[in-house]
Amino acid sequence: MVPELVALQVAADLFPNGIGRYAVGGLLVGLGAAVIYVGTGISAGASTFLESTLSYVSGQSRFRQYVASRDWRLVFTLGIVLGAAVYAVVYQGGAWTTEVAWWRLLAGGVLVGVGTRVGKGCTSGHGVCGVGSASKTSLAGVLAFLATAILTAQVVAALGG
Amino acid sequence: MFVPLVLVGGIIFGFGLGFSHMARPEVVLNFLQFEDFGLLFVMFGGAAVTGLAFFVTPRVLDRAPLTGDRFERRLKPFDRNVLVGGGIFGVGWGLSGICPGAAYASLGIGNVTILWAIAGMFLGAYAQGWWRSRTDTADPAATGAD
Repeated sequence: MVPELVALQVAADLFPNGIGRYAVGGLLVGLGAAVIYVGTGISAGASTFLESTLSYVSGQSRFRQYVASRDWRLVFTLGIVLGAAVYAVVYQGGAWTTEVAWWRLLAGGVLVGVGTRVGKGCTSGHGVCGVGSASKTSLAGVLAFLATAILTAQVVAALGG
Repeated sequence: MFVPLVLVGGIIFGFGLGFSHMARPEVVLNFLQFEDFGLLFVMFGGAAVTGLAFFVTPRVLDRAPLTGDRFERRLKPFDRNVLVGGGIFGVGWGLSGICPGAAYASLGIGNVTILWAIAGMFLGAYAQGWWRSRTDTADPAATGAD
């Protein structure tokens, strides 16, 4: 009896919102990537969109390499926005807005934009597709960004940010 | 059929990001501050499904039906950039609670404030592209990334 209660308490501490929404959502994220892979052979990630879309307006050689894929990457991103909007209409009952300060979003966004392109992937390319294909490069990338993200978030929280 | 399939895949992907609450920066920051470990189920739940697809598909199909491409394992080469870039990405992720896919999804759930982060990501991607395009041209032998 007591061990079960302790286990329940630990689960409640680690997962105050349960695990259902996370597990189901994660399976759907994987399913979306899997559908594209089965049909096209493409292992999709979300961050290449940034550079491929910049190729519409910039002639820099780093961006030109994505000219061939920029149209479908735009469609993929529009799909992500649409899918999330469907979720918002069906389950959320309207718009939701963040309380995180604008300067944290902007500064964090700049670092994410630099880091994801230098590091060859983000949480979807490395985290979901890369880990799924047991890529050692992606596992190293995930460990690198988890370590600095945890450190940064803890420091900012300790400073009262 | 190629573009409609990508759209459908994107819709499922984005719905999943909304459903998992990853489109909310607060939930990601709660994970990074060890207050809610649910994010692990999102990442590994997603990886389990893609892992299954990566494993099974090449054994069932010879070529991808919509592109005719072979199901090759296109692994990204490891070098110092993976750690340096990953480290920079993590600082940004820990500061903002947002990553690219989740940012697009966040716009979808009506979070217009996230445009700050999306603008930042384009700025950052442009800055590194501008810088690396210059160094690539100056010394083509030194390229090794991607």
